Amino acid sequence: MSHGGAEVTPFDVAALRKDFPLLDREVNGKRIVYLDSGASSLPPHQVVEAMSEYYETTHANVHRGVYHTAEVATERFELARRKVGRFLGAPDPDHEVVFTKNCTEAFNLLAHSWGRTNLLPGDVVVLSELEHHANIVPWLQLRAERDIELRFLEVGEDYRLDLSQLDATVEGAKLVSVSAMSNVLGTITPLRELAAAAHRAGALIAVDGAQSVPHLPTDVVDLDLDFLCFSGHKMLGPTGIGVLWARAELLEAMPPFLGGGGMILDVRTDGFLAAGPPARFEAGTPPIAEAIGLGAAVDYLEGLTMTAVAAHDQALTAYALDAMSARFGSRLQIFGPPAGPDRGGVLSMALDQVHAHDLAQVLDQSGVCVRPGHHCAKPLMRKLGLSATARASFGVYSDRDDVDALLDGLEAAGTLFST
Amino acid sequence: MADLEELYREIILDHYRSPRNRGELPPPAIRVEGFNPLCGDELVITLLVDHDTVVDLKIAGSGCSISQSSASLMSAAVKGKSVDEAHQLIATFKQMMSIHEASLDEGEEPKPIDLRSLGELAALQGVVKFPVRIKCATLAWNTLAQGLDEASAG
Repeated sequence: MSHGGAEVTPFDVAALRKDFPLLDREVNGKRIVYLDSGASSLPPHQVVEAMSEYYETTHANVHRGVYHTAEVATERFELARRKVGRFLGAPDPDHEVVFTKNCTEAFNLLAHSWGRTNLLPGDVVVLSELEHHANIVPWLQLRAERDIELRFLEVGEDYRLDLSQLDATVEGAKLVSVSAMSNVLGTITPLRELAAAAHRAGALIAVDGAQSVPHLPTDVVDLDLDFLCFSGHKMLGPTGIGVLWARAELLEAMPPFLGGGGMILDVRTDGFLAAGPPARFEAGTPPIAEAIGLGAAVDYLEGLTMTAVAAHDQALTAYALDAMSARFGSRLQIFGPPAGPDRGGVLSMALDQVHAHDLAQVLDQSGVCVRPGHHCAKPLMRKLGLSATARASFGVYSDRDDVDALLDGLEAAGTLFST
Repeated sequence: MADLEELYREIILDHYRSPRNRGELPPPAIRVEGFNPLCGDELVITLLVDHDTVVDLKIAGSGCSISQSSASLMSAAVKGKSVDEAHQLIATFKQMMSIHEASLDEGEEPKPIDLRSLGELAALQGVVKFPVRIKCATLAWNTLAQGLDEASAG
């Protein structure tokens, strides 16, 4: 999300691939070509080992026991929180990072807790047409309950957000909640401009970072964000853990979401006193191993540096778009902006008249894993007049051989379905 | 690629490229919609039932080759059949797709499928090897079942 002028040291993808055991596997007798990192990335062995090492040496419930192992478990869990907070440039990493189940739960927490406290009938929340369902449905639920007004920033014909009406759209809004990077189009949105417009209008800004946090440097202070939601399993971490980051004073003023153990200071038969953030939002035993795994994923990404990760993504995307256009011309339609600084490594494709599901099936025979469907973004798909696309998406381990295998698979699909 | 050729047989590709009974019947035909949320397949079946016979039906919507060819093959197979025969065909087809709704109980062996009774529909049996696609193949049949239910209720 921010690109400094500093020199970028690229990482050695061939060497790095050895950290991902799943890449050694074969599918249908072919080398696996994993191009579905936008749905879920592969974890490096360092992440898996951090989790099993925790289970084998220091597993205990956190924030409860006084025995040594429980204390170490708590320390490691809280260290993971601090790592994640620092990774985002959070001013107060220990208090601003709430662990959730995934990005979707983070948005539900936001809508349920902040939304129900701060939004009255007629209040405006601004979303965009390129949102994932995770950043639409919780607000639709709130609208059904509260009669809030939802406005949508439109997607232009260039697959970017149309900001010509930005100020008018956000005027009078309480919250602007937008994706930093589309999981369908790869469009990277101008967060600084969106945050500035939201704040000018007196609104807060929430960001869906599910696709951006794994691929771009993120600094919540520099970007001037208020809320940021993302998932662990798209950034080399395990499933079952996500994050809601929010400015400390916002979390402080929010009521609990789920109730139970761990989120209270005191409970009596006639009431309870909620704990402070982040414990207030983490009822029940949290995903401890998953948090530790996410901490290891953050270490891994920081070892590569996020500027290098972003540069790798950009270069591979440019290579893929060039190669696709050279080989298939107008037969292959790519839905998204051209290669450039606002284009991430997500390629939504349509080849000839071949349906996305058929395309993905034929690609699977070549070991190529892509995602067919509507990518949990049906309003965007309707806007584009599409029912499904086949989507290839890159991770830090993706390389040019993967792209070349994808192109060969596309060729085979085109031949099979040619009329 | 042998499995793939099994999946995409010529009959299937033919029905995909040239779908039969395409379009929508005007009211009073019954109109039912089916969705496959996994891949975004959408299907609209309009059907006319008269004296327990499926007099006419048409298929609209969009989707992958498996869902569309299955719908096309289904329309050709069901048109002119009695409602009972249509229900029987639905059951046999789903059985071919390894969906044994009645035999989930222990010890009950599923009845062998009479593939000949399925005619051209038997071409879709290659789908079974691709579990994710079974939903594509059965979309039209589940939607038809819903339409037949509405017809008998109405």
